[in-house]
Amino acid sequence: MKASTSIAITAFVLVAGFALCALQFPNIASTRVVANLLTDNAFLGIVAAGMTFVIISGGIDLSVGSVIGFTTVFVALAIERWGIPPLAAFALVLVLCALFGAAMGAVIHVFDLPPFIVTLAGMFLARGVSFLLSTESIPITAPIYSAVSDFAIRLPGGGRLTAIAIAMLVILVLCALLLHLTRFGANVYALGGSRAATALMGIPVGPMTVRIYMLSSVLAGLAGIVFSFYTAAGYSLSAVGVELDTIAAVVIGGTLLTGGQGSVIGTFLGVLIQGMIQTYINFDGTLSSWWTKIATGVLLFVFIALQQGLMALARRSSVKPAGAKPMGART
Amino acid sequence: MTLRIPRRGLAQAFALIVILMIDRAVSPQFFNLHLQDGRLFGSVIDVLNRGTPVALLSLGMVLVIATGGIDLSVGAVMAIAGATAASLADTHSLPVVIASALGVGLVCGLWNGILVAVLRIQPIVATLILMVAGRGIAQLITEGRIVTFSSPDLVWMGNGAVFGLPMPIVIATGMLLVTAAVVRGTALGLLIEATGGNARASELSGVGTRAMILSVYVWCGLCASLAGVIAAADIMGADANNAGLWLELDAILAVVIGGTSLFGGRFSLVLAVAGALIIQAMNTGILLSGYPPELNLLVKAVVVLAVLLAQSPRLGDLSRFTARWRRTKP
Repeated sequence: MKASTSIAITAFVLVAGFALCALQFPNIASTRVVANLLTDNAFLGIVAAGMTFVIISGGIDLSVGSVIGFTTVFVALAIERWGIPPLAAFALVLVLCALFGAAMGAVIHVFDLPPFIVTLAGMFLARGVSFLLSTESIPITAPIYSAVSDFAIRLPGGGRLTAIAIAMLVILVLCALLLHLTRFGANVYALGGSRAATALMGIPVGPMTVRIYMLSSVLAGLAGIVFSFYTAAGYSLSAVGVELDTIAAVVIGGTLLTGGQGSVIGTFLGVLIQGMIQTYINFDGTLSSWWTKIATGVLLFVFIALQQGLMALARRSSVKPAGAKPMGART
Repeated sequence: MTLRIPRRGLAQAFALIVILMIDRAVSPQFFNLHLQDGRLFGSVIDVLNRGTPVALLSLGMVLVIATGGIDLSVGAVMAIAGATAASLADTHSLPVVIASALGVGLVCGLWNGILVAVLRIQPIVATLILMVAGRGIAQLITEGRIVTFSSPDLVWMGNGAVFGLPMPIVIATGMLLVTAAVVRGTALGLLIEATGGNARASELSGVGTRAMILSVYVWCGLCASLAGVIAAADIMGADANNAGLWLELDAILAVVIGGTSLFGGRFSLVLAVAGALIIQAMNTGILLSGYPPELNLLVKAVVVLAVLLAQSPRLGDLSRFTARWRRTKP
């Protein structure tokens, strides 16, 4: 019930915000703007879906931005310099991402280290490797790129639902199914609720941790491929700081950063709210883009305070076990 | 006081010496010093000088981490303080400039501290808010431009010298001594460690854990703003986009290299600063050796992993370690 409350609050913020924007700029309420919003945030939506799994399981993944950067560079180099067919290059880079994520998950579990610092090392590593591959922006000219960017479903009202927007929607639906309807998804929630209890229930905590970080890195790789379609180039500095936008979207979407609660749908709404703020600032024209950051920060604060309030209410209504207050939850 | 070095600091001292030796190998004149215009120059001085911002950040960060927390916003606070100092520098006197920049840092630290200590929000989340919004605030102060200044007083903060030593080194050393005296000269350090070790038990035994947590975040904000002022004074300008960018990660890295556990409960100020110097000695070494600076991130990643694995409680006993993997400990 609490989960649906937080989704409802996020949805309300999105609808109310959109209504306010539309009141000031009637043109915002068109399929064209909405479809562009989906296209511009396609990669963010995909990577945020992966982050949702990680955060629900009680972890965090700071490496996703760097993995996106690495993927764009690798794909561009593979197609343009090494002559690998695009689809093979995609498969190859996704395998690399999966291995990378699995390695992070394994280190987190085997050495019992905080996910924060392990994925931080992963972030340095992935960014460093992409710098070593190339420091310049490599344009991608493969025919599949122009074919995909030309493809779009025309919506009534002049909007174009592009291929990458469709890709994001499909991936989000698949992730939602995976999280809410499968045993894997149930285990992810269990891990976030209590690792100790999960292990006692007989759920293999180690392989689960490995799989969750693998999923996050593969989705970051997919986001990187989508990003390369979006910009038609590979650049080692692309998607710097995206991990923060992603975490913000997940939190605004009602996922608890302490784990155990959240949803892919909420995350999607969180991504849309961020996109909406950006769109509003573009429409206004006089506001500078740094207002996006401040607005995102304010929203983050409001949602975290709200979560804290809801949790306090829940705690008050349940009987408090003596001396078992959860203190100093690890980062 | 802080001098527990004989056993604990051995690894760090060894690492620093090895890295300095490697630096000496790639650049034979590494240890050369010469005096010019009343200021010492040389690669070693350069390491100390460039390492100052991270060293200052790690002085604040180490106390925050000792309470079991973390402060992700220090880079953003640096940008805000730098922007404040730069935009006031040409119209106000030096004390006013520094006081307002430090005041801004204090307010930022207070904000983080209230979120963590009073509202009891997880530290990583609480400080994420300012990390995201802080750079926007800094942009607001500079109005999106790179603000430059020419006030000789503030420039002296970054490029001046006292007894031949560059000002940043003097300031950082002073801050280290002050922090050490306050924290280790009194019971404060012990109380901070108690808070990080077990907040509930400390609370029950009469430690004001809230006040402890609040004050370490305020101190962290203060250190970050000082680092921001020095960084701005160094380049004679403030760039809200890039000042202190990713330095929070370097500061955390420095603290971890210094042997402070990320779970809180114990800390060493001197070793955290040594960690900052190790990072800077590596950076300088890579620059001197002529390898592409892009290699920096890779080397850092490897160092983080190596330090983490060395610190891991599970590496002590290899046989139990494999047994545990099968048993899948919670």
